[in-house]
Amino acid sequence: MSLQLINLTVTAQQQVPLFAPLTFSVGAGEIACVMGPSGVGKSTLLNAIGGHLNRHFSIKGDIVLNHQSMTLLPADERQIGVLFQDPLLFPHLTVGDNLAFGLSHSVVGAKQRRLHVEQALEQAQLAGFYHRDPATLSGGQQSRVALMRALLAKPKALLLDEPFAKLDLELRHTMREFLLAQAKQYLIPILLVTHEPADVAAAKGPLLVLHPT
Amino acid sequence: MMFFRNWPKWAMLAILVMSILIPVVAGLGETTWAAFGILPALGKHSFSLEAWQQLFELPGLATSVRLSLVSGFLSTSVALILALFGCAWVHSSSHRPSLLNKLKPFATPLLVPILAAPHAAVAIGLAFLLAPSGWLARLFSPWLTTWQLPPDLATVQDLWGLSLVLGLVIKELPFLWLISLVALKQIEVSKQLSISHSLGYSTANAWYKVIIPQLYPLIRLPVLVVLVYALSTVDMAVILGPNSPPTLALATMRWYNDANVALLLPASAAALSLGLLMIASVLFWEITIKVIMAMTKMMTRIGGRGHPWKFASGALATTLPSILILGLLSLVVLAIWSVTWRWSFPDALPTSYSYAYWLKLISKWPLALQHSITLALGSSAIAVVLSVAWLEVQDRYGGHLSRLTLWLIYLPLLVPQIAFLYGLKVGFLRIGLNGGMGAVIWAHLLFVFPYVMLSLVDSWRALDQRYLQVAASLGTSSWGCFWRIKLSLLLQPLLLAWAIGMAVSIGQYLPTLMMGAGKIESLTTEAVSLASGADRRLVGVYGLLQAAVPLLAYGMALLLPKLIRLNRLK
Repeated sequence: MSLQLINLTVTAQQQVPLFAPLTFSVGAGEIACVMGPSGVGKSTLLNAIGGHLNRHFSIKGDIVLNHQSMTLLPADERQIGVLFQDPLLFPHLTVGDNLAFGLSHSVVGAKQRRLHVEQALEQAQLAGFYHRDPATLSGGQQSRVALMRALLAKPKALLLDEPFAKLDLELRHTMREFLLAQAKQYLIPILLVTHEPADVAAAKGPLLVLHPT
Repeated sequence: MMFFRNWPKWAMLAILVMSILIPVVAGLGETTWAAFGILPALGKHSFSLEAWQQLFELPGLATSVRLSLVSGFLSTSVALILALFGCAWVHSSSHRPSLLNKLKPFATPLLVPILAAPHAAVAIGLAFLLAPSGWLARLFSPWLTTWQLPPDLATVQDLWGLSLVLGLVIKELPFLWLISLVALKQIEVSKQLSISHSLGYSTANAWYKVIIPQLYPLIRLPVLVVLVYALSTVDMAVILGPNSPPTLALATMRWYNDANVALLLPASAAALSLGLLMIASVLFWEITIKVIMAMTKMMTRIGGRGHPWKFASGALATTLPSILILGLLSLVVLAIWSVTWRWSFPDALPTSYSYAYWLKLISKWPLALQHSITLALGSSAIAVVLSVAWLEVQDRYGGHLSRLTLWLIYLPLLVPQIAFLYGLKVGFLRIGLNGGMGAVIWAHLLFVFPYVMLSLVDSWRALDQRYLQVAASLGTSSWGCFWRIKLSLLLQPLLLAWAIGMAVSIGQYLPTLMMGAGKIESLTTEAVSLASGADRRLVGVYGLLQAAVPLLAYGMALLLPKLIRLNRLK
């Protein structure tokens, strides 16, 4: 299981490419950190890998996940999870239903699905939170739910766009530990955009620094 | 003590209650009295159920009710579904550089003419389009249809009310679409779609399970307004709906206008039934929506990711532009007829043109035009003043737009006009207001105020309070802040709200008809009464004027601030 970027460039509407052609590889269970100055295109890179770019952007090069090229696949077929800066839990669904939304379709049967969701809640130390309104959760709790939601979909890779930036220092440390624990369990390539050197140190994975062209 | 310190707030509320709420309630009250046999003008003073007996004996009642329900629910559902589909299209970011993508920035401006044109104008235009001798038939005859004479088909005023449904959809689709687009700004659509995609959900699936459940509560009241209008419209029913038996609202109006005054009682009973039908329909609609939402939640728990009802997107993708094109063509055909001299079937276009009717118009403004403009200016000006006063008083003395207040503002739009307008007329007579411009302006105000208020409130609330704080710190009095800073900064939204008020007033049919006691003719009442006649050229002129005045108002609302700014730069 690996995620490979081969000579990847992203260009906004008829302008200069955002960064020089990237060739980079993340293996299973590795957490690669992406760093760079603001505005260099870190979020755009993640969106390109996830397939979320709109038509104003064009891509050259290849994105290969588990020996399968992703560039022609739409976002909903890539099986690449994403976490943004805000947890973005769907406000009209309960915490449990949010997780159920993420839960892979391969788990069949109401009882089985409920079981998986409850297990995920336990892993996030939120047992018994199934019927809670996401708005009543703290920032850290919401982030944990958002991560579990992404992982329940059994993604083949995970992209995190500064997911802990809005949390305070202590919470960031807790969330980092939580992420590392989940990463060890799921063994998929993970890409983490961050400004924190502490994240890089904890991840102990490859480091990608983007420079503007 | 609190009561007296905040007296402007209570005074404002009292003014609003008296000018907007009480007329509606009083009108309903009078209608109820009449329905149960109490109509002093006819010498009936005692409670009786004979009006209801008479009502049930009137011919075609069941069919009328069925027609109203079918046309109401069908048009509202179709318009809503198409509007939601339209929103999904606007928010989609397909990578294929197709023609459709290039059309996206034009979507909103194309909706404006249909939005600004009153219901009656669109209905008349659609009738001119769809009629057996209408433009569509002329375009395709005789080469496609082999018709040399107009065929004997009921394409308009058909017994099933389908042309009425079509007319309603044409008018309500742009309204619901625009309202939904504005409401969607409160939801992080693109990020939530990205997350759904990353979890494996197709775009359509994500719209059903994620976006629409969040959107619907935000557009609930406008949708109900659309439903109530569809159930109770008289002007569109006159032009597009079947004649006998007609929809319940149209039947009620005919009974009210009947020479036999004894029919006033069963007419009131019918009007009250329409009101009750409306309540039942709203409840039924809301329950259905709740059931649909519950089912969607169940489906969400199952986790199916594919594109549901894929066949539907093709149908929706063709229907949506077709409806818009029909709407625009309806207005175009009015324009063509207004400059026609001779246009016989089956020519595709007029054989000779003439500006005769327009020149006659310019040399002598018809009374209808004068009245329409007076009514529109009067009601929209009062509505803007009331809205501004209320919002300013709330800013200074506290208070916010609670849900209850919102329902109160919407109230005149949620009650079928015919259910209370006659009763209101009786009420006005009691206080000595005998069918003059004043009464009609007040009646228009009831319907103009909600639209003006609602279009103003968001911009007003969004005003950065720091401008006012800076002004105050520079020594400006609170009156100065209001006049020189707030109103200047809010000029654009104020003018737009005024233009919307103008549009709503121009399009009013029943209030002018009923309150004016037949003495006050407006563009809309004239257009509707002429529409059944033979001279389509004259109707074209009136119909186009109906649409042109609101467009002019919108144009001024958009241009005036720019002109003022240009002046300032010099």
